[in-house]
Amino acid sequence: MSRERSFQILRTVVSMLIATLVAFVIIILVSETPMASIKTFIIGPFTSGRYLGNIVEVAIPLTFSGLAMAVLFQTSLFNLGAEGIFFLSGAIGSLVAIWVPLPAFIHPLVAILAGAIVGAVIMFIPGVLKAKFGASELVTSLMLNNILLGVGCYILNHVMRDASVSSLVSLKFSESALLSKLIPGTKVHTGLLIVIAAVVIIYIFLYKSKWGYELRMTGINTAFAKYSGINIVKVIILAHLIAGILAGTGGVVENLGMHKRFEWTALPGYGFDGAMIATLAGNNPIGVVGAALFVAYLRIGADLVNRFSDIPTEMISILQCVIILLVSAERFLYKYKQKWIEKEAR
Amino acid sequence: MDNYILKMENITKTYSNGIVANKNVDFSLKEGEIHALVGENGAGKTTLMQILFGMEKPSSGSIFLNGEELTLSSSKDAIRHGIGMVHQHFMLVESFTVAENIILGMEPKSGISINESEAVAYTKELGEKYNFEIDPNAITGMLPVGIKQKVEILKALARGAKILILDEPTAVLAPQETEQLFKELLYLKEQGHTIIFISHKIREVKRISNRVTIMRAGMCEGTFETADQTEQEISRKIVGFEINTELKKKETDLKEPRIRVNHIDYHDKENVSILKNVSFSVRGGMILGIAGIQGNGQVELIELITKGRKLMSGDIEINGQNIENLTMKQLRGTGFGYIPEDRVRQGIARAGTITENVISNEYNHKGFSRYGILLRKKCNHFAATQIKNYEIKCSGASHKVGMLSGGNMQKVVVARECDALPKVLIAEQPTRGVDLGAAHIIHKQLLRMRDEGCAILLVSADLNEIMKLSDAVIVIYEGEIVAYYPDISAVSEEQLGLCMLGIERHDEETIKGVI
Amino acid sequence: MGTLFSMIFTTDFFYSILRVTTPILFASMGAVVANLAGTPNIALEGIMLITAFIGMYVSFISTSAWIGLIAAVGAGMLAAGILAFFTLYYRTNVILGGIAINSLASGGTIFFLYLVASDKGTSISLASKVLPQINIPLIQDIPVLGRIISGHNLLTYLSILSVAVVYYTIKRTPLGLRMRAVGEKQEAAESVGINVIKTKAIAIIISGALAGFGGAFMSMGYVSWFSRDMVSGRGWIAIAAEAMGRTTALGTAVTSLLFGTADAFANSVSVLGWPADLVNTIPYCATLVGLFIFSVREYRKRQQ
Repeated sequence: MSRERSFQILRTVVSMLIATLVAFVIIILVSETPMASIKTFIIGPFTSGRYLGNIVEVAIPLTFSGLAMAVLFQTSLFNLGAEGIFFLSGAIGSLVAIWVPLPAFIHPLVAILAGAIVGAVIMFIPGVLKAKFGASELVTSLMLNNILLGVGCYILNHVMRDASVSSLVSLKFSESALLSKLIPGTKVHTGLLIVIAAVVIIYIFLYKSKWGYELRMTGINTAFAKYSGINIVKVIILAHLIAGILAGTGGVVENLGMHKRFEWTALPGYGFDGAMIATLAGNNPIGVVGAALFVAYLRIGADLVNRFSDIPTEMISILQCVIILLVSAERFLYKYKQKWIEKEAR
Repeated sequence: MDNYILKMENITKTYSNGIVANKNVDFSLKEGEIHALVGENGAGKTTLMQILFGMEKPSSGSIFLNGEELTLSSSKDAIRHGIGMVHQHFMLVESFTVAENIILGMEPKSGISINESEAVAYTKELGEKYNFEIDPNAITGMLPVGIKQKVEILKALARGAKILILDEPTAVLAPQETEQLFKELLYLKEQGHTIIFISHKIREVKRISNRVTIMRAGMCEGTFETADQTEQEISRKIVGFEINTELKKKETDLKEPRIRVNHIDYHDKENVSILKNVSFSVRGGMILGIAGIQGNGQVELIELITKGRKLMSGDIEINGQNIENLTMKQLRGTGFGYIPEDRVRQGIARAGTITENVISNEYNHKGFSRYGILLRKKCNHFAATQIKNYEIKCSGASHKVGMLSGGNMQKVVVARECDALPKVLIAEQPTRGVDLGAAHIIHKQLLRMRDEGCAILLVSADLNEIMKLSDAVIVIYEGEIVAYYPDISAVSEEQLGLCMLGIERHDEETIKGVI
Repeated sequence: MGTLFSMIFTTDFFYSILRVTTPILFASMGAVVANLAGTPNIALEGIMLITAFIGMYVSFISTSAWIGLIAAVGAGMLAAGILAFFTLYYRTNVILGGIAINSLASGGTIFFLYLVASDKGTSISLASKVLPQINIPLIQDIPVLGRIISGHNLLTYLSILSVAVVYYTIKRTPLGLRMRAVGEKQEAAESVGINVIKTKAIAIIISGALAGFGGAFMSMGYVSWFSRDMVSGRGWIAIAAEAMGRTTALGTAVTSLLFGTADAFANSVSVLGWPADLVNTIPYCATLVGLFIFSVREYRKRQQ
């Protein structure tokens, strides 16, 4: 492995350690029983099969989102629309789960397909605006997030609301639509298989296929890609479509795997998490799995700490900020990098 | 006793990628003289002056100003010591007025705002003091190049420059503007300023300088009294004679013309003419060299041929097809290779591996991918073959190209462009910034391509390279073809040099021969 | 339709336009300053959220709205300072830096909200202070116009003032000249000895301060409490407004007003019985459409 790569990994590990330290500081400051809380935070998630299952369950939607962002980031596109697509595709998939009568195996697949198609179609908009007209995909995608939230809420409120229940939830999904449980003793569902398949497919796409090659070269140096004859417009739109499919699939899988009704009344946050996970993973699909598991582990740890000592789980966001800032800071630990790498170049 | 106000001693500058821009250079400046610094591109003149202006730090060596040693950590320091520099590419904010550009960083204030009338008055006075006619309220972006240059000079003078460095000031000027500039420089000299004048235009150097320092390949060839040197002597020292690495050229059958350039006219935004009625053709099996000093339209010509710019008038045919209607992919599909001048910006993907860079022309073809999947083994094998053939110094096919030295980077580019066996190859400064060993390998490959029937267009500011590789040569000067030599073996370097400098030209009939 | 028109053409509606434009205007002025110096501030949304919380909380513990305001602006500058440090010195990608700060804001504010108010939704339980409304004598008596212009929160008037201040700073002060130079041609600024990094940092921090005013308005003027995600994308709308306003103070003020109008419209029609969820998307749709039109125009221009 080249020194450059080893250094990247080193920086990532250091960032993760610093983030963990920050977590310690927060716990110490806020908790009445800091030592116990820290122990819960670090070790808690490993203490039972159920908690380990929780890590996997939380990692599934994070992986979908991370994959979507990895594809976009590899193309040097900064589209954060995965957030809104998770939400709306989840709603659309819910519609299929509630009302379209289908046999048990097919039902969830159709729902997922619907969500994926919706995701692709929506992502097409910022994709085209960027590819053809150079419009900032950041702003267009963020506007879409809010628009999709509104549309999704409308569907929840006026189309699939279960009036017999006091809280704002949808009608029950048909049994046939739910994703079956995979590992007894946990809530881990067959969505795990789908996401693993997605990781493999995206990995092959990015690193082994010629379209993935075109995408990566465009992300590295657009002038070089153009000069090599690569069609930049096609590449940008393709990246957006793939991200849309991944985010849409993730939204539906999360709903049909972990819920019995559509319950989201606000954007679930997976989209932004995906950006952090992709950054942590160096935009590599395999790395995304590891990063998603790490973030899920932090989440469960924060959850457990919350149960026992009243520290809000939102502490995670603070860690997230630290991680993103440090991992993507090219000059972080630069002086050491200079010395180490230049020794090799001599 | 000569009055030396500046001495640069034993200056060496090595960049982090291994390039030695200056090697043990000595440079001295007498008070009140106009001192010319000449040499080809890449000779190291600009680097030396950037060191003097504090923009670069020397790897070793010292600078003495009026006997006192200087450590310059930024251009701010240099400015403080009375050194000013006017760069080749202007450092002016186009949307500002002339006055705003002049007072930037030393704005006259009234309260918290800029005192505009004072700025205007100051600029006017400054212009009058140095006999420059400028309008303080004019928008800089709309000014002709000659006036912009005056603003740049005034900027330096306004900050108290006693030593003025001008980097290729006449490169962008029309003849009349050049006259104007010289008048002003002489006036400045009378006022007690000392001027360093970087140039490759020997005629001007003869006209205006007192002494001339000649640099070549990063080293100083010597400092002379201008009056004691003829133009030929100076140009010989600039270009130098080297022991040529021998290359044998075979006789080939010339094929049909594969590159056809017809009546190209091109001008820039301000309607300054860049190319004038350029027409030529290149046949398969020959190398046509375009000789010319940088900045005479070669870059734009190649950009037009490689679809980097839109044609204004005239047309270009590659492999029998009009390129205007082709996409880059289609153009390459006809059998078109291009070694770009700026390899970092265009020719490589720095963060990519050697394999990824070297397959960018062929990944779509059979053998490299099947059903959309790249054939890893084949690609890596291909990369490994190129690494061996071109002797690319690296740690393997997964080495990131951005980490290679300039010469090895260029080998990757050449390997990629040549391996697809194109019918047409455009080689633009193919060995610039490349060490001798790599240059030789690249030259051998270009000749091999030619022998196999490829039509090669070679653009180079390195006369040696042109003479070694080309079969026929055209000389471009100020956007026009001024000479055509159908047989390079019948020409001497000095002949070519005189045409490159615009001192001699062929008549129209001879030039038509290249079409 | 009739009811719609009768709702729009009222003084109340125009009054509300000025009111809801306030945070967008502050943030977009911040975007103008940052962009001018060549360092777009993507974190405006997050900074506004942070400063909305700080303003509310500090006004609560100090029992003074003014101290809350000062704290909010200070927090905005601090957050911007962190962004500047990471993007200018550590070379973090500007967009990722913005995402980081925004993450910090959305989760961090809820974290601290819970700690201080034991509520993850709003801070109503806290007696935070509000900045005063100002009834301008004389003007308030003008028919029609008076009802529209007078009686606004102090910060609304400050937001209009900020347009003038930003305009003046950019056009007439040395700092503005240097920021413009740094943003347009960095080398020109370097060649006269200007410290480019320092100038860019100042621009980012100023934009943070302006965002701070915007955030303070949200929790101490628009409403008198802090609630989760209360900035709802206004920061992003501000960035879009600045892009369409071509990074000029006046142009951006106009586009901000346009988006404010869309926002006010959405608020008004909600009483007409149109579905609230869809009505709330009107400002974002307007922004999307605006950006679309703008980009297509720029594209056509480039083709010539």
